[in-house]
Amino acid sequence: MSVRPNARPAGHKPPFWRDRAKRALIFQCLLIAAVIVFLFYIVGNVQDNLSSRGITTGFGFLNNTAGFGIVQSLIDYSSQSTYGRTFFVGLLNTLLVGGLGVIAATIIGFIVGIARLSPNWLIAKLAAAYIETFRNIPLLLQIFFWYFAVLRTLPSARDSLAFGEAFFLNVRGLYLPEPLFESGFGLIPVTFVIAIVASIALVIWAKRRQEATGKRIPAYWISFALIFGLPLLVMLVTGVPITWEMPELRGFNFRGGITVIPEFLALWFALSIYTASFIAEIVRSGIQAISHGQTEAAQALSLPRNLVLRLVVIPQALRVIIPPLTSQYLNLIKNSSLATAIGYPDLVSVFAGTTLNQTGQAIEVIAMTMAVYLTISLLVSMFMNWFNARVALVER
Amino acid sequence: MNTTRWLGLGITLLAPTLWVPATAMADTLEAVQERDSVRCGVNAAQPGFSSLDDNDQYRGLDTDVCRAIAAAALGDASKVNFVPLDSVERFAALQSGEVDVLSRTTTWTSSRDTTLGMNFTGVSYYDGQAFMVASDLGVQSAKELDGAAICTQSGTTSELNLSDYFRINNMTYDAVVFDSPEQSIAGFEAGRCDVLSSDASQLYAQRIQLADPNMAVVLPEIISKEPLGPAVRQGDDQWFNIVKWSLFAMLNAEELGVSQANVDEQLSSENPDVMRLLGQDGDFGEAMGLSSDWAYQIVKQVGNYADIYDRNVGADSDFNIARGLNALWKDGGIQYAPPIR
Repeated sequence: MSVRPNARPAGHKPPFWRDRAKRALIFQCLLIAAVIVFLFYIVGNVQDNLSSRGITTGFGFLNNTAGFGIVQSLIDYSSQSTYGRTFFVGLLNTLLVGGLGVIAATIIGFIVGIARLSPNWLIAKLAAAYIETFRNIPLLLQIFFWYFAVLRTLPSARDSLAFGEAFFLNVRGLYLPEPLFESGFGLIPVTFVIAIVASIALVIWAKRRQEATGKRIPAYWISFALIFGLPLLVMLVTGVPITWEMPELRGFNFRGGITVIPEFLALWFALSIYTASFIAEIVRSGIQAISHGQTEAAQALSLPRNLVLRLVVIPQALRVIIPPLTSQYLNLIKNSSLATAIGYPDLVSVFAGTTLNQTGQAIEVIAMTMAVYLTISLLVSMFMNWFNARVALVER
Repeated sequence: MNTTRWLGLGITLLAPTLWVPATAMADTLEAVQERDSVRCGVNAAQPGFSSLDDNDQYRGLDTDVCRAIAAAALGDASKVNFVPLDSVERFAALQSGEVDVLSRTTTWTSSRDTTLGMNFTGVSYYDGQAFMVASDLGVQSAKELDGAAICTQSGTTSELNLSDYFRINNMTYDAVVFDSPEQSIAGFEAGRCDVLSSDASQLYAQRIQLADPNMAVVLPEIISKEPLGPAVRQGDDQWFNIVKWSLFAMLNAEELGVSQANVDEQLSSENPDVMRLLGQDGDFGEAMGLSSDWAYQIVKQVGNYADIYDRNVGADSDFNIARGLNALWKDGGIQYAPPIR
């Protein structure tokens, strides 16, 4: 054991307040204690004030019957369900529009971002015009635009636009046939999963083989054929065990089939198009952050343009792109709460709107709603950080 | 300035804000008199009940109730600070003390009265929920609305009544819920829904606002009881009494034939009821902490119930809604106020 030359002899330790580490520890403990006391005080104060004003508190209301209808629900819901169930209905509707919005915004954003750098003058200018237009108009106005502009152009239920006898579009929404699965259908999802697993294995094998021998096979095309061909084959062999329930005009509206409500379409379009304009700029900046020398070097190896992008530029650009992309995803999910303006039944509209009003439990409802958005955002951040660590180039 | 001093300053500034809520509920009348205005929560735009006129003044039945309270409490009907609220904000605004009284077409229900820390003081308008449909649908009765898409407003009793009504009649519907009346009427006009459902008075007002009022009809069925009235915070009985009796004073004035036009002549009336109302005999304002001419000020500056009804929703307005349930008890309605004595 080595002894530091200036170490003090044992028994002459400095008083604890002279030790920086201990001092820091004490201050941190004090701070935490202060925060806890403060929180207790706030919670107690709120409870005292609420009860002194005769306002009921607690989460008991979640078990009461809600008694109102919700136009779109991914789980079983009727007006006889509980307020707790309205929470899940709203949450799933938020996740639906958020999830589909993230996917659509990413696809549009990447396409527009790359188009903006296109050597083709027209494509580049169109992409620039798209970005500057949608990025600079407030999102709420865009939602209203899609909602009312689209609503007012569409015909009424009785003069629906029909595509064949299966698809109908009118002011009430888009009506699609609903697949009803018969017995024997279970095989098809199973083959689908098998095809996916086989494709992943194939891609990994092909990559190793290429690294070892330099020989390439079109692994992606083969996987594509596997994933779509195999289930299709099984379906034909088993005699197509699906019947379609067609939407039909009865009384005021179409019944049967799947209804995509216009509120959803408007919100989804607006969120995707708005966020895509930011993502496009992020993609452009990511690509431009890569030194042009990299592209020239790749071209000097006579790689075609799409391979230059895929193998050289994009992997390096991704580490610039992903962190700001995460913020855009979070923005999109949080912006979906603007749904309440056009009556899409998301969490804020259903739970923090109607449920809050019917029960009057403002603090509980808002706290739950905030907790949900916080959780969703943290999960998305976590996933994106993991993804970033996974795809980031190892710095050498 | 070093960190410790900033911290000290912060605590000094924060501390009072933490104690404020406990005292805010105490004496509303004193607070109102000190501020020299009544803060009244109203609709932002509901013609007939509360909406801005061409001179940016709030007009309507609900706003006249606010003015009557100001006339009683401050002697000046113009000393009202109108706070426009949407249906989602309204209860929180009253509970937190942002407004002194909520006069915003709010339906008096048991749960609102008992769990939200507020008290309803009376009924300024007896309403009921109805349906408005496009006339070209040819619908005659609400019983034919099975499967219809219905636009309504979030956070209202309408949403709940709808669900009950359709369930007991074994019908289905799609609720399209907007958060403001402007958007629900826009949805109705765009054809997003077949039916607009709300309180009947509101439907009549909204029908007039349509580009072509003849495109829509209000169906005859009334599916609910909607007693609309002002509400105050619990725990301040004096203020509760003032708001309650401001409305009763207007009803009593109508019953006794004392109107805005003749109130000065009525000051010399020999009728003991009129003398008590106008403060010529006894002092019924004192017990509420008001001056003896509190009811005179209400009638003089705002009018009796018939005055404010006719002016805003009745015969002298665009809406021309018959008195119906809102007529006095002696005229076949159910508006009835306890006597002042």
